[in-house]
Amino acid sequence: MIEIKNLSVDLGDFLLEEVNLTVEKGEYFIILGPTGAGKTVLLESIAGLHPIKSGEIWLDGSEVSRLEPEKRGLGFVYQDYVLFPHLSVKDNLLFGLKRRKQPKEDRQRVMEWLAELLGITHLLERSPDTLSGGERQKVALARALSISPQVLLLDEPLSALDPQTREGVQQELKQIHQRLEQTIIHVTHDFEEAIALGDRIAVLGEGRILQIGTPDDIFHHPNSEFVARFAMTRNIFAGEVRDGGGGQAIFAIEGTEFEVVTELRGKVHASLRPEDILISKEPLVSSARNCLSGTISHIADRGATLYLTVSTPLDFVCLVTHRSFDEMVLEEGDQVYVTFKASAIHIF
Amino acid sequence: MIRNILRWTAQRRLTLTFLLLGMVLLLFIVVPLAKVIFSSSPSTLWDTLLDGEVRSAIWLSLYSALIATVVGLVLGVPLAYFLARHRFPGKRFIEALIDVPIVVPHIAAGIALLFVFGQNFFMGRAFHAVGIDFVYSVPGIIIAMLFVSVPFLIDSAKQGFEKVDERLEKVARTLGASPWQTFFRVSLPLAKRSIFGGSVMMWARGISEFGAVLVLASYPKIAPILVYDRLEEYGLDFALPVAALLVIICIVIFIVLRTIAYRGEKA
Repeated sequence: MIEIKNLSVDLGDFLLEEVNLTVEKGEYFIILGPTGAGKTVLLESIAGLHPIKSGEIWLDGSEVSRLEPEKRGLGFVYQDYVLFPHLSVKDNLLFGLKRRKQPKEDRQRVMEWLAELLGITHLLERSPDTLSGGERQKVALARALSISPQVLLLDEPLSALDPQTREGVQQELKQIHQRLEQTIIHVTHDFEEAIALGDRIAVLGEGRILQIGTPDDIFHHPNSEFVARFAMTRNIFAGEVRDGGGGQAIFAIEGTEFEVVTELRGKVHASLRPEDILISKEPLVSSARNCLSGTISHIADRGATLYLTVSTPLDFVCLVTHRSFDEMVLEEGDQVYVTFKASAIHIF
Repeated sequence: MIRNILRWTAQRRLTLTFLLLGMVLLLFIVVPLAKVIFSSSPSTLWDTLLDGEVRSAIWLSLYSALIATVVGLVLGVPLAYFLARHRFPGKRFIEALIDVPIVVPHIAAGIALLFVFGQNFFMGRAFHAVGIDFVYSVPGIIIAMLFVSVPFLIDSAKQGFEKVDERLEKVARTLGASPWQTFFRVSLPLAKRSIFGGSVMMWARGISEFGAVLVLASYPKIAPILVYDRLEEYGLDFALPVAALLVIICIVIFIVLRTIAYRGEKA
């Protein structure tokens, strides 16, 4: 368990203020925030890489606030891998193991076990600069795990990867978390990533924690404008995908069904951008589109644009321009149709 | 045919002009060196090499510069690392200070060193008390070389350390490495090429030093001073073979070391 109490860090050009959070043993904890919110600084401070201004960090009941990073036993993985370029993959994995007074055979065994766990045994003799992004990130993960860290700290571990590789490494993270019961703090700016992986999410903005809760809490009950705006960039649904016949896939949630494009089946998440939804008073008929009827339950005016919440009864947040909103003469309680392409939905 | 050549030339006018200008400078460097080397017959060079005074002067130059470089490594690499990793007020000033020995006339540098390490100043007297004298001695040659050549090493090492991603050091720390282990296992190995390159430059600059050494320790004679002496006493014919030998040895060593330093690196 890791406890952070009133942590403040002052880096001159950046300030982290009064951060409080508790991460339980075995939990997958996500810190979500936009670029420049202080995510990396927070993570590095937990690892002991920045002197703290005030506050405390507790690890399994003992205070480590002023402890050197090498004595904290926390694994760290950076976005762009940061492998030792002068060492082979094998020696990268052995680096942390060699710092401990262990017999050579033990080190070798742990190294081989880790390589197998992450499926990088065939890469052991290679130099890091010959590896692909996904391979590098697996090596970085294995290296961080080599010290049997109490907590694994991940700084945007998927952001530098292409979408396909990202899915693979994301699965890898899930498995590591489950198989090793590894406590993980994972920092990201990606809402979908946060929802797919996190047991709980903390939203960080401008050096402060704004909200902590389950993915459902954050998404459906944002406690501030900032969190809401961050969450509103996506409609996110947890449901199930089944075969719809003729190679089609149907996403089903609480009685509502629509067509999606995916190879995945079973329990998944679906996300849809508010700007990909069309609002109309009459149904739009098109084979490649989903069209659902609902009522406007909420209207949020954001100046040039508006966010409409349409209940079908599933809540869809839709973006409309002021001009089309005025032309359609819409009000809360009105009956409208929401239309979106099957390909606009991202299944993850 | 001719039209093709003309068109080819027209398309590459800039490249050809620059190449031509560059060639002028290259010739300016190569011709005098080649002239010195080929003005003496191989047998004359061989005889010169057998001259005990010449051999000991060249040897003295080589190892004095080597010791100066080792001192530079021990004291300069930590400074380079410190400057690469820390920001503080006055950093620019210190960086400029390090390069001052490159810009001051070396004869003036020699006089400055003579003032401090001669027996009229407490530092000179302090070293004298422990048996080290700098005037007319090998230690004098070494500090003169050190003074004028150490900027090359510090600058190169600093650039090398700056190129090492600081996060590599951070990761090493989280993996259980102490600051010392991190330096010796991560930062130093990754900057070693720059440090080696800087050392070669420093050593080469040390061997070629004349002015500062002349003021502080014109005896025992390092090779450049021997060349100068022979030129003054016996004339060009006697100075030339020694100069040729010195140029050949420097070029050979320099090529070998540069090859090692840039091994595996694309040009």
